[in-house]
Amino acid sequence: MSIRNPKDFWAGLMYIALGLGAMYIARDYEMGSALRMGPGYFPTLLGALLALIGLVSLARSFYSEGEPIGALAVKATLLVCGGTVLFAVLLRGAGLVVSIIALVLVGSAASVRFRWGTVGLLAVGLAVFCVLVFVRGLGVPLPVVGSWFGG
Amino acid sequence: MAELISNLGIGFDAAFTWINLLYCLAGVFLGTLIGVLPGLGPTATIAMLLPLTFTLPPVSALIMLAGIYYGSQYGGSTTAILVNLPGEAASVVTTLDGYQMARQGRAGVALATAAIGSFFAGTVATFIITLFAPPLAEIGLMFGAAEYFSLMVLGLVAAVVLARGSLLHALGMVLLGLLLGLVGTDVNSGALRFTFGLPRLADGISFVVVAMGMFGLGEIIRNLEHEASRTMVTKKITSLIPTREDFKRMVAPILRGTALGSMLGILPGSGSILGAFAAYSVEKKVSKHSAEFGKGAIEGVAAPESANNAGAQTSFIPMLTLGIPSNPVMALMIGAMIIQGIQPGPAVISEQPDLFWGIIVSMWIGNLFLIVLNLPMIGLWVRIVSVPYHVLYPAILVFAAIGVFSLRNAEFDVLMLALFGLLGYIFAKLDCEPAPMLLGYILGPMMEEYLRRALLLSRGDPMTFIDRPISATLLACAVVAIVIAFLPAISKKREEVFQED
Repeated sequence: MSIRNPKDFWAGLMYIALGLGAMYIARDYEMGSALRMGPGYFPTLLGALLALIGLVSLARSFYSEGEPIGALAVKATLLVCGGTVLFAVLLRGAGLVVSIIALVLVGSAASVRFRWGTVGLLAVGLAVFCVLVFVRGLGVPLPVVGSWFGG
Repeated sequence: MAELISNLGIGFDAAFTWINLLYCLAGVFLGTLIGVLPGLGPTATIAMLLPLTFTLPPVSALIMLAGIYYGSQYGGSTTAILVNLPGEAASVVTTLDGYQMARQGRAGVALATAAIGSFFAGTVATFIITLFAPPLAEIGLMFGAAEYFSLMVLGLVAAVVLARGSLLHALGMVLLGLLLGLVGTDVNSGALRFTFGLPRLADGISFVVVAMGMFGLGEIIRNLEHEASRTMVTKKITSLIPTREDFKRMVAPILRGTALGSMLGILPGSGSILGAFAAYSVEKKVSKHSAEFGKGAIEGVAAPESANNAGAQTSFIPMLTLGIPSNPVMALMIGAMIIQGIQPGPAVISEQPDLFWGIIVSMWIGNLFLIVLNLPMIGLWVRIVSVPYHVLYPAILVFAAIGVFSLRNAEFDVLMLALFGLLGYIFAKLDCEPAPMLLGYILGPMMEEYLRRALLLSRGDPMTFIDRPISATLLACAVVAIVIAFLPAISKKREEVFQED
């Protein structure tokens, strides 16, 4: 037996894991009856259905042909998501300007066309634009200068 | 008829104020812009702007957001024709013949055909909304909990059947979305569900965060996988005016595309995309010039472009009349209404007539703006197309992060954004479409609520869904749709419709 449709295989595993996980967590919630459904009724039902779909997908992956998943863009994923996390972490302490520059620098590094000159200009340009448009123009309450710098 | 005219009068009064005309223009301008830019779609854009709209009056906010959606359908065709990339998902089909026309030096004619088709379709679709929305809303007022539940089942089934790709995965993603929608406080018992002890999750995960993560960040990572260099076929657009022969050939496809697109647009799940695919395959079958398809047939531009714009507009019908979203963009529009303190549903039309008719009239005005924006000003958009992706995507990241943060001033939401970006990328790798998941996500809590209420009213008797005639009809439609979708002959056809070649 070999996996002939890797996408179905992994998606199936994911559905089963999430479905069973949801049922496991929901076992602490009150089930109730069909007449008076407790908070656990619907999630348990959905979790079971999802796990079932996962099983079908898993079974199907052994006999239906499918394309390979292909290489994962690990670097791009880490940089794009990491840059976003960095933005969240820096925002209050370092302020909007620093967070934007950090996000643009880290996020841009995911591109094969990364050039310091362009990226630096883009970072500064976006920081100025966002401060002018969002904070000054639209009045979004964002800390331009963070608490670390006495903002 | 007299009522119709007085209704449109209310709409004209609401839409024809300087401020609303301005927001309409801003909306369609932004829509064209993001339509032209590949890798930034209306879902992500509206999600980003949503937190900023609550300072606006409700009519202006919704007019602008609506403009972004149908405006993006116009812009998408420009990129499809000039660079062979779909600027917007619905214009994938336009790349086939539009780009070939451009290579033959007829880029201007292709652009004009797309714009004329879109304008005609937009005008007709606006009329369809005007005619059908009020009676539908009246039916909606008769709906009880059982009918709403059955309608949502039908909606989700349609979303599964009409989704691109595998039926099984569409079903899985809908269920996953339904589960995600349950995160937070249970309305009936006050119990916290799936919050993992995080107080920030008590209000649930914001729909904007999910949409931004999956359609914004997930897309970016996906695009970075193979950063193709874009080569534009023409820097200069010469003649925009189609010949007499061109006009003759585009009339019938535009009519058929508009009809197909309008019908399919109302159905949940697909919005404008399915209409474009279906219109193209119909034209290929019925056209006298079917041999030219794929080699620059003008019908291959006219039909799908009319269909996607008609579909984009008729997809407002279920949202405006029943308060039920047919695609992620409509779910965001519902979010925008709720932010404004308006409860979406069949009562909107009678309680907020200026809002309802104002949006509809603005669509027609918006289409007029769009044809001006897209034909005489085409030079501007040609320049925008050449903005390289490595400059564009960091800007999207910044706007997404700021937009999500300003929802409720929470860094937590930005962290969730990163998480959903990662999930969106994984789902894309596994060919699991995010659109059905988002629909499940938005309908999940509503469905649970109506299911509980219906069963409470019937004293726990599930027969209530079948005893009530409207509910039974809706469920029967859902069953028929599932059965048909699994019939071998149809499931083969279904794959064909979504084939790009």
